Amino acid sequence: MSPKQATADLHLKDRAGSIFDQLMPIFATLAALLVGAIFLVLLGANPLTAYGALAQGAFGSFNAFAETLVKATPLLLVGLGTCIAYRGSVMNIGGEGQMIIGAILSTWFGLTFTELPGWLAIVIAMLLGILGGMIWGGIPGILKAYFNVNEILSTVMMNAIAVQIMNFLMRGPMIDPVQREASSQIPQTARLLESYRLPRLSPTRLHLGLLIAILLAVAVYFLLWRTTLGYRIRAVGQSQPASKYGGIDVKKHIVVALLLSGAFAGLAGMMQVYGVNYRMITDGSATGFTGNAGFNGIVAALFGQLHPLITIPASVLFGGLLVGANAMQRVVQVPSALITALNGLVVVFVVSSEFFRKRSQKRRLSQSGTEQAKPEEAEMQQEAGEA
Amino acid sequence: MKKVLTLVSVLLVVAMFLGACAQTPVAEPPAAVEETTQPLRIAVVSPSSINDLAFTQSISDALMVLKAEMGEGLEYAFTENMFVVDDAAAAIRDYATKGYDIVIAHGSQYGSSLQEIAPDFPETVFAWGTTVDTFGLPNVHAYEAASDQGGYVNGVMAGMLTKSKIIGVVGPIETGDAKLYVDGFVAGAKSVDPDIDVRVTYIGSFSDVALASEAATTHIAAGADVLTGSAQMVVGAIGKAEEAGLYWFGTQADQNAFAPSTVVASQVYHWEGILREIIALRAAGIMGGHTFSADLQNGGQVINLNPEIELSDEIKAKVEEVIAGINDGSIVIPKP
Amino acid sequence: MISDLLSATVIIGIISSGIRLATPYLFASIGEMFGQRSGVLNLGVEGQMLLGSFVAFYVTLETNNVWLGVLAAMGVGALMGLAMAFITINLHATQGISGIGFYLFGMGMSNLLFQKLVGTVEGVKGFQKISVPLLGKIPVIGEIFFNHNALVYLAFLLVPVAWFVLNKTTLGLKIRAVGENPEAVDSLGVSVAGIRYLTVIMGGVFSGIAGASLSIALLNVFQQNMTAGQGFIAVALVYFGGWKPFGILGGALLFSMINALQLWIQVLGIPIPAELAVMMPYILTILVLTLSVSKGQGPSALTKVFEREG
Repeated sequence: MSPKQATADLHLKDRAGSIFDQLMPIFATLAALLVGAIFLVLLGANPLTAYGALAQGAFGSFNAFAETLVKATPLLLVGLGTCIAYRGSVMNIGGEGQMIIGAILSTWFGLTFTELPGWLAIVIAMLLGILGGMIWGGIPGILKAYFNVNEILSTVMMNAIAVQIMNFLMRGPMIDPVQREASSQIPQTARLLESYRLPRLSPTRLHLGLLIAILLAVAVYFLLWRTTLGYRIRAVGQSQPASKYGGIDVKKHIVVALLLSGAFAGLAGMMQVYGVNYRMITDGSATGFTGNAGFNGIVAALFGQLHPLITIPASVLFGGLLVGANAMQRVVQVPSALITALNGLVVVFVVSSEFFRKRSQKRRLSQSGTEQAKPEEAEMQQEAGEA
Repeated sequence: MKKVLTLVSVLLVVAMFLGACAQTPVAEPPAAVEETTQPLRIAVVSPSSINDLAFTQSISDALMVLKAEMGEGLEYAFTENMFVVDDAAAAIRDYATKGYDIVIAHGSQYGSSLQEIAPDFPETVFAWGTTVDTFGLPNVHAYEAASDQGGYVNGVMAGMLTKSKIIGVVGPIETGDAKLYVDGFVAGAKSVDPDIDVRVTYIGSFSDVALASEAATTHIAAGADVLTGSAQMVVGAIGKAEEAGLYWFGTQADQNAFAPSTVVASQVYHWEGILREIIALRAAGIMGGHTFSADLQNGGQVINLNPEIELSDEIKAKVEEVIAGINDGSIVIPKP
Repeated sequence: MISDLLSATVIIGIISSGIRLATPYLFASIGEMFGQRSGVLNLGVEGQMLLGSFVAFYVTLETNNVWLGVLAAMGVGALMGLAMAFITINLHATQGISGIGFYLFGMGMSNLLFQKLVGTVEGVKGFQKISVPLLGKIPVIGEIFFNHNALVYLAFLLVPVAWFVLNKTTLGLKIRAVGENPEAVDSLGVSVAGIRYLTVIMGGVFSGIAGASLSIALLNVFQQNMTAGQGFIAVALVYFGGWKPFGILGGALLFSMINALQLWIQVLGIPIPAELAVMMPYILTILVLTLSVSKGQGPSALTKVFEREG
């Protein structure tokens, strides 16, 4: 972190400015919703009613807030993986596939070994979810590091492969025995034993996964800024030639970054099964299982400025937006396609708002006299000196 | 670190604040007073879009029929594109909370959600399809489509029309309603002539129109002269059959008008009959426990012949004979 | 049964299917390639394709003029490209993520417009097949290569044209230079932003045509989410092709033909699970790239923000 002196020197005004900067994603979201209001009017809906319903649906009651948190959990987990990958300059867009494989492995375990104590089963399932994600993230990692295969290509392809594996297992080997007999043949697994499910905060669907995800966020923070491994991942992300010169095994750390980000996505997949649905179901697409969390988690991480701790509230806000938007659709009865479009607008606006945040931050820092135009790099240098 | 913590707390406060602002009520759930004057309120949650020319459109059409009949007496809400089971569950719970009288979960994947939600709302009637499982809950009805029946009838016609003795089928994934229809279709075609080669492709997607169309082209190149397919991505495949001047058989919604010179017949669902029964049962105080099947017998399923296409009397007679046979049980559709 | 795959019908079928399936990839990938060569990664191709696809369909439906449809798709693609260019070049937005935003926006918007303006799935009279005079009459060859609609020919013509523009023109030189060393280009007085605007908008235009090639040429119908991930595959193919037009051509044909092959495998009743057949093109694309020796080096300035000093 920046030297203590500098912090002390910050005037109150600067601090207010700093908070203003940090809230920029929220302003951007509001701006996107303002544009969305035009569409709402065109569709004959009252934007005030609509957005009232959105806020109500996301944060309006205890249960609504719980739903928001349920939605936020996979976003946060995928987002944490994104923080690691992007800090290491790796574009992991394979979250969808990694979630699916993590879920498959853990679900298979939960349905096969039914004699274990609940807590033990959950722990093993979590590990298997992580393992699944690591396999599906590790393959692109190895391909990138040692075979020069771009990770965007491999993760896109791996997502498609994961979907077909899921479809095959859900209709064949892993199908619910009841469905195998029934004429409906719904492509889903049997339900998990009650003792195997993540504890919930009754009567809501809020499950233990959120707490685990928050603890992991803290762990990722320490990993990235308090361990050599984290330092190296960030160093590779900053500059590969410099890292190589500094004696860091660049290839190894690319693989590690993808392994770790896959692990988080895999865990997110496991939690969707053990915390929310208690079974896997496929509608033939990745989204049907992941709810786009593999992509939206990336966005949540960006909302959180690729910082694991800020990604926590960012996921909650973004999750709230998604949950609230669905509620809005029900109240004002606009086509659900509008929600997808709005989701996209929000992403575009927030990603653009980064510019204004950084500019005003820079301006403030130069005003207050601290010569730290690029804090991240300065920080890296400082740490490199210590190491 | 300190800065980050401040930031985290600020963001959380903002979230809370937004939440507090939102406390201002938007729509109170209507209290159950004035039973007589209040319209019946039905809500539907469905996985694809209401104009998919397939599964979701069929329930939407049914509601429009009911709306035309009941006018002011019916108020309905629709939530489409709920392909994420989680979101669908939220929608179902929300409608129940808002006091809708009947909540229809029109997707077989919503079962688990319903199983959890229904016990919390004993005053609400839930219906889900397509399946037969009511979980033993007193307020859940289940409905299914005996798609194999329509598939069988379509298959019989296809078997009589094919000259090359090769029929092509384009499906999404090998399960659920699509599989049921395809299995029925294959059995129907084989009943005409066991030597007919019915070739089935599953393209692994409900949305890839291009691949579905290419699958149809492949069937045609391989000698198929009659085609069929299930789910919303087949619209491209119908076009290919049309281009090649071949026959197509539709399912899930009426595709006759889409390609009048090509679609011989469509198997169409009429859920309104089942919906009427559910409404009548509710009026009689029965909230659930029934399973319904949309089949040829009860009119829940109809084979719409396309008048634009001349069918020989022999085929028309055969269709009637087969439908009668299925209805009286003399034709039993074999399971694969 | 497997020997059935070697018959003439099947081979002709696979190649001509492959050509058709490759068409949208070629447009979208080559457009994306220009953007990436100048240093901009656009992950929003899928969204641009979907909107282009719908707009082309709608305009053609209303005017019965396919070329107006293509023009409209190009226009909407250009607009999406412009927006993408503005936020990545002027606002320094993180490229991978802004693309996801445009993907979601295009997906939602195309479906919304479809529901509001058209309402139900219907067909449209799109581009007709053109048999090339003389060449189209050659047995086998004619059927495979010279019996397609206009956009298919255009897509394949685009490959050498793109190669020429990229490697033999001043503009191409500038594009490549901007992607490799923007500072140097800037010091020579060439506008880095200008070049990038051009390529990103161009990428949008080609993605729009890619969408149109589905809705008014290959399929003549619009259905929600009908691109089904093709925009992402198109981006992947740029990497496969090593940022070179002919490499992209190879990748697009490989992927599409294996896709055609897997359909034949199913049609001929070769007993493997359909899912395994469906995942073949994805697996093989990764495998081929992994085993290939030369992969090409990406532009050094790809995804990096360029900011003029001072």
